[in-house]
Amino acid sequence: MAQVQVTGITKYFGEVKVLDNVNLATRKHEFLVLLGPSGCGKTTLLRIIAGLERPTRGEVLIGGREVTGLPPRARNIAMVFQSYALYPHMTVFENISFPLRTQNMNRDAIQEKVAWAAGLFGIDRLLERKPRELSGGERQRVALARAIVRMPTVFLLDEPLSNLDAKLRASAREELQTFQKRIGITTIYVTHDQVEAMGLGNRIVVMDQGRVRQIGTPLQVYWEPADTFVATFVGSPPMNLVEQGEVLMGFRPEDFLPIEGREEEDVERFQFEVTWVENLGAERLVYGNMAFQSRNGRVVSRLAPNIRVSLEAGKTYIFAVPRLGIKLFDRNTGMLLRRVSGVGG
Amino acid sequence: MKDLRALRKKGAIYAAALFFICFGAFPFYWMLITAFKRDHDLFNPESNPFLFNEPSTLEHVRLLFGQTLFMKYVVNTFLVGGAVVLITLVIAIPAAYSLTRLAGRWGESLGVGIFLTYLVPPTLLFIPLSRVISFLKLGESLWSLILVYPTFTIPFCTWLLMGFFKSIPRDIEEQALIDGCTRIGAMVRVVLPLSTSGILTIVIFAFTLSMQEFIYALAFISVSAHKTVSIGVPTELVRGDVFRWGPLMAAALISSIPVAVVYSLFLDRFIAGFTMGATK
Ligand SMILES: Nc1ncnc2c1ncn2[C@@H]1O[C@H](COP(=O)(O)OP(=O)(O)O)[C@@H](O)[C@H]1O
Ligand SMILES: [Mg+2]
Repeated sequence: MAQVQVTGITKYFGEVKVLDNVNLATRKHEFLVLLGPSGCGKTTLLRIIAGLERPTRGEVLIGGREVTGLPPRARNIAMVFQSYALYPHMTVFENISFPLRTQNMNRDAIQEKVAWAAGLFGIDRLLERKPRELSGGERQRVALARAIVRMPTVFLLDEPLSNLDAKLRASAREELQTFQKRIGITTIYVTHDQVEAMGLGNRIVVMDQGRVRQIGTPLQVYWEPADTFVATFVGSPPMNLVEQGEVLMGFRPEDFLPIEGREEEDVERFQFEVTWVENLGAERLVYGNMAFQSRNGRVVSRLAPNIRVSLEAGKTYIFAVPRLGIKLFDRNTGMLLRRVSGVGG
Repeated sequence: MKDLRALRKKGAIYAAALFFICFGAFPFYWMLITAFKRDHDLFNPESNPFLFNEPSTLEHVRLLFGQTLFMKYVVNTFLVGGAVVLITLVIAIPAAYSLTRLAGRWGESLGVGIFLTYLVPPTLLFIPLSRVISFLKLGESLWSLILVYPTFTIPFCTWLLMGFFKSIPRDIEEQALIDGCTRIGAMVRVVLPLSTSGILTIVIFAFTLSMQEFIYALAFISVSAHKTVSIGVPTELVRGDVFRWGPLMAAALISSIPVAVVYSLFLDRFIAGFTMGATK
């Protein structure tokens, strides 16, 4: 049974259509990531699931029950806002126990649950402090502890790591995933950061301009993008797209490598005129042009450090892409074409 | 050189502060010495008005408490003030909350509209309102004041509170909704505790506004036992053109000191409350 199911959600703010016929369903214990650029409607979708916003059309089911018109308190969901939204006038203990106190739980049970949630995030010794006396990372843990304390049906997180600095973010990501695996609560996680999405999600929902472009595992989204938007939004540097007649040919930069040593494999060969080489230590990025008639011939190659071929700007080399790594997209709609054949070099 | 300039700057600041201290304290000093001077000293054009030229006396204070109903006025003032504060809180808090959160774009303009009604002067309004009071048969009763004073405290306090409620992040309230509160629950458990300085501000304001009100009280009440301080003192201690300066000043001093004390105790929060209401 899907913990959260959203069908045909459309949302207008005045005249502006922010969500357009969104459908998705989470699986049990799943970590589902909503990924998309800023302003594509991720937060709005999350708020509709939480009940803070009403959809113009469509319905929301949580735990198999229709909740579209119900207020947030009737949905048994927990949400962590981007700002953490800790109650400034309450101590950490009071913050974490708040969702229990609104349910009139008895004092001993509250003590026990708060101790459990605080222990889970290692914030036991902060219980008497006020939110303003906490660091960013500590605030985030308090917000997570408060969300988890009453064991919701689903856990909604809106860019919870975006207020942390880069170093903390990596460890918080790991922690979040370990914890989600342990507790096993279905989680919907919103982010605009594709690295975060790839690392965290069991499945990723890629959104753009209020529409779902693709739902799939990180590997599917990466290697089998449903359209050119997904192909270029996921991955850094993004998938190369080269115009070829009526189709766009796409391949990942790490698939686009010098021919040396791969002559025997099932590859497609290309003339590659190198214009610039960027050595980043862990990898080399090689920029240049495909040497065939095309308006959009600029491509990138990403070379692992074990590929030692020397490359110089201004020279032309032969590069190759495995045939399986080549995706074809319709030039007009941007949609993936299923058949891979007839690629000329 | 630098030290000298810093010193001069400091000196200027202290001089300015001293000036304002004298300016602010002077009325209190004047009330104080007038209340305890003998009449002969007060009315003698030869004597220095800033000092005691003759020994002090308690006769004015005795007259105030013995021959007027001053204690009764004080009690009436507190009764009216307390009731007005309660009514104002009960109406202004939900009004301000719903105007900031629920009424959307209209809330803002409605709030300004409500504030504008505060600017209509009582000198105009007391005429129609006296018809209302006589229709309700509340003349000569403290209830007339308790009914009428909220007409100016509520608009003002609603507008002031709107600024406070607007400064509370929406996220925090929505978090309370998610954590299991109803709208009203979120207001009571999260919004109100975060607006204590705003609420304190309107309590003090509603109280002092009703304490100093003169025109309505004068228009609606003439029985001595039902008067408040603001009309009782001038009407009972000024007879024709005879001013009983001694007891007048004693009464003024006694009723202004508690207000001054409350104001200075809560000055910080009060200023915070006021600027927040004004700028946001
Ligand atoms: N309350 C609102 N009123 C009007 N427009 C809004 C409102 N909330 C969001 N929007 C608009 O809806 C679009 C999607 O916003 P949002 O869901 O916050 O995007 P995201 O979280 O993906 O960055 C944006 O263009 C935003 O300006
Ligand atoms: Mg957002």
